[in-house]
Amino acid sequence: MPDLLIELFSEEIPARMQAGAREALKKRVTDGLVEAGLTYAAAQAFSTPRRLVLAVDGLTARSPDLREERKGPKVDAPEKALEGFLRSTGLTRDQLEARDTKKGQVWFAVIDKPGRPAAEIVAEVLEATIRNFPWPKSMRWGTGSLRWVRPLHSILCILSDENGAEIVPMDVDGIRAGDTTRGHRFMAPDPFSVVSFEDYAAKLKRAKVVLDQDERAEHIWHAATNAAFASGLEVVEDKGLLTEVAGLVEWPVVLMGKIGEAFLDLPPEVLQTSMKEHQKFFSVRDPKTGRIVRFVTVANRETPDDGETILHGNGKVLAARLSDAAFFWGNDLKIAQDGMEEWLDSLSHVTFQSELGSQALRIDRIATLAREIAPMVGADPDLAEQAARVAKADLASEMVYEFPELQGIMGRYYAQAAGLPAEVAEACEMHYKPLGPADDLPQAPVSVAVALADKLDTLAGFWAIDEKPTGSKDPFALRRAALGIIRIILEHDLRIGLERLIDMQLLTHVLALNLDTAEERDRFFLEHLVDEIARHGVFGAAFHAVIDKLTHKDEPVEIEEGTWLARLRKSLPEMSDDLLAFFHDRLKVHLRGAGIRHDVIDACLAMPQADDLRLLVKRAEALNAALATEDGENLVQGFKRANNILSQAEEKDGVEYRFGADVKFAEDATETALFAALDGADAAIAPALQAEDFTAAMAAMASLRAPIDAFFEAVQINTDNDIVRRNRLNLLYRIRETCLRVADLTRIEG
Amino acid sequence: MTVDKPRSFQEIILRLQGYWAAKGCAVLQPYDMEVGAGTFHPATTLRSLGSRPWAAAYVQPSRRPTDGRYGENPNRLQHYYQYQVLIKPSPPDLQELYLGSLAAIGIDFDYHDIRFVEDDWESPTLGAWGLGWEVWCDGMEVSQFTYFQQVGGHDCHPVSGELTYGLERLAMYVLGIDHVMEMPFNDPDAPIPLSYGDVFRQTEEEYSRWNFDVADTDKLFQFFEAAEAECVRILDHPQDDPRSGKRIIMVHPAYDQCIKASHFFNLLDARGVISVTERQAYIGRVRALAKRCADAFVETNAGGWTADAAAEGV
Repeated sequence: MPDLLIELFSEEIPARMQAGAREALKKRVTDGLVEAGLTYAAAQAFSTPRRLVLAVDGLTARSPDLREERKGPKVDAPEKALEGFLRSTGLTRDQLEARDTKKGQVWFAVIDKPGRPAAEIVAEVLEATIRNFPWPKSMRWGTGSLRWVRPLHSILCILSDENGAEIVPMDVDGIRAGDTTRGHRFMAPDPFSVVSFEDYAAKLKRAKVVLDQDERAEHIWHAATNAAFASGLEVVEDKGLLTEVAGLVEWPVVLMGKIGEAFLDLPPEVLQTSMKEHQKFFSVRDPKTGRIVRFVTVANRETPDDGETILHGNGKVLAARLSDAAFFWGNDLKIAQDGMEEWLDSLSHVTFQSELGSQALRIDRIATLAREIAPMVGADPDLAEQAARVAKADLASEMVYEFPELQGIMGRYYAQAAGLPAEVAEACEMHYKPLGPADDLPQAPVSVAVALADKLDTLAGFWAIDEKPTGSKDPFALRRAALGIIRIILEHDLRIGLERLIDMQLLTHVLALNLDTAEERDRFFLEHLVDEIARHGVFGAAFHAVIDKLTHKDEPVEIEEGTWLARLRKSLPEMSDDLLAFFHDRLKVHLRGAGIRHDVIDACLAMPQADDLRLLVKRAEALNAALATEDGENLVQGFKRANNILSQAEEKDGVEYRFGADVKFAEDATETALFAALDGADAAIAPALQAEDFTAAMAAMASLRAPIDAFFEAVQINTDNDIVRRNRLNLLYRIRETCLRVADLTRIEG
Repeated sequence: MTVDKPRSFQEIILRLQGYWAAKGCAVLQPYDMEVGAGTFHPATTLRSLGSRPWAAAYVQPSRRPTDGRYGENPNRLQHYYQYQVLIKPSPPDLQELYLGSLAAIGIDFDYHDIRFVEDDWESPTLGAWGLGWEVWCDGMEVSQFTYFQQVGGHDCHPVSGELTYGLERLAMYVLGIDHVMEMPFNDPDAPIPLSYGDVFRQTEEEYSRWNFDVADTDKLFQFFEAAEAECVRILDHPQDDPRSGKRIIMVHPAYDQCIKASHFFNLLDARGVISVTERQAYIGRVRALAKRCADAFVETNAGGWTADAAAEGV
């Protein structure tokens, strides 16, 4: 059972690509080996900046001999058929066997596939792997046509067992596989040969290369935290940075340096971001003050001066970078202390999106909406509007221009510097949240109001210009915005009718989009519409209200077909429904994680106030729980049976059976009992729904299961007696009516 | 490893010239036009195209009008020097050759930390891209190292290896200088020692003022249009020259106009008169010129064209 060792030695592989490359190498090689009939015990991949390595243990020495039998045409079949069979098997006629079968004499081909030595298979598989390697970006070099992430210099490929090592003979574009490699570029550059993986790893370590990326990362973290601890400090954890830095060095040497006094007053986020983005430094924090006071850099070598020169050089580069940051910070603070006017003015020249206009216009829309939302989330409307007006101001600051990832965080500092209320400063940072399914939510009411307004305005805007997410394309992160709204509403237990807000904001956008081209009357109309929606709730009612208002005020208003307003009357409700449906889709995805079936949500979507997501989810949770009980599950079957019979009868008779089920025509005891049960359920469901106690409503509904089952068991609906039949159909209608009051059970699958 | 440290800016340049000359490069002179980077020199842009081998090294003064700081910023200049090396096909030991050049200017690898950090290069104006690294010395970016994959929309076959050194920054690091204007230009013990500031402080002031406030933008727009039109007009000429009776494709004269258009664009950009959306359009116009020049260059002898191959229809 030989072991296989592969090393692909190249110029520096980008750190971010190494993890994917390890996985791809392991998967493609082992898949290829297995497909060719070999088996192996274990495989492990490693990477350093200059090498990609795979060690496969316990590989079989040969693939097994295989014998394949294939049945061909009948012996008396036309010549053409036989020729085709010979072609497909690669045999000649005299190599075929004629055998007797039930259908007569048939040609059989027996193809022997002798096993092949592992080396032959490895060579083939590795060459194919190298030639088709899935690098995110690859290149050519010199005169060759081979592609690799950077020039590939050598291939080490050996099979080793207790008798020694054997080089796998192979050649990829002139690179012959061998058994040698090199150590650290500067500390041990000479080539050496190896006989096994253990030998390879041990010799590499002597040649100042730590092969295992995890070992390098652990070493870096350990040395960094030790160095910090010795000074009473702590390293700011950053897993992504740790992985990246471990991918930039073969021989990590951790060095800790001081940050110049002049820069210690910069906000910790600025120090951290600047050091990480530009220099790939870790930040070291004083736990007592929370300030960043030192940095950790990871060099790729030991030096006779214990890294002093390297640390000095890095410190100088850092000082230059932080001077820039301090310069931005100083300039920004002056503008912030003057009330941020300069930034807010300049945002009118900054485009948010070409059709949706400037950032300043966007801020206006968000501020108006935030004021509208404030009472729904328990926020002070004045503060919410004020917060929305400054929440994007930092986009014009020099610091955010330099470090876009600091948006919001700088906003908070600048709002504080401007002397704005604490709630406003907090909203500057928190209104961007949540940035993903696991990110924190805004907590304070003012932050919540601005966060909802910001996201809703973005969604409505892109819906108004028909730039919706498609497939994997969502360049404006609209799905994230919708999920953010959903999470805020649900986790803060907010009762918000989304439809009204959607209509308002869509109209606001439509108004803005048509401001230049619309006629004065249209504009006037639209402006009134926005006001009226606030009062009437939804677009349709508001539209009529404006017509009424204008009609009474001056001349009668008629919306002629084909005009822009007539089109709006039709298109706006469509846009609004579509956006609400987008929320519902996102909600389904979100609730799938909570174990709520999508058909349960569909059943609840048909109910009133489905734009109130908290209510919708409450209903869905209750229905989901009810369906998990035996009664609930069976009730759905009973309901569907009742519904089907009723629908068929209605279709056949061409009438609706809606009214007049009367207990006095009941013939069977189960029938009478069902009347009583329905009366009882109705009496319980109505107040329960009133109180939004869906669990009680579902329980009352589920209690119908036994009487419905008994009724169907005992009674034939379509009897000859027309009066009894009609009465029973009307009774089925009552079942339908009662059940549908709680949820649309027709949507439940199964 | 004992290292003989250079003492001035010019000594670093001279050592690089000596090093690359010794490694077999043709040491060329700067191109005599305003360019934004050493890559624009036809010895790089055009010579990276086609099949003919090439090896050249040169200093190229480079102009970035938006980076002007009136000579006050310790690191930023609107006029600075790049050192550029282009070798086609890229030799297998290009990294070692490069490291040798750092040693030649006094960087001792026993004490310094040299790193190759991913940095892919792209020039939207030249329609060019390549993969490579920025090279860090103790955390400082000292060079750009690129394997050209495409130039002017043409795949590079063979691939050129390009090295670009930002000379001021590199020299400041090697000489231990914090403000560029304080860097010794010639030897500090020369009879008349000159600093970088003695040579360039005044010009930085003059050009900063002109770039930001005085350059006539209407004229610059006209110049841009004129250069663009001239580039196209030159390339539209038939290949056969009636006077000499030779096949002469006027790539370099046309490419000069492309360089001019690019520089006028940079000046307009510094004046802030080009909006974000227009910016893309102007870059696209320069790229279209660069692409036409590249198309034309591969039809010339220097670009690998031969009468025989053309006759065979290869």
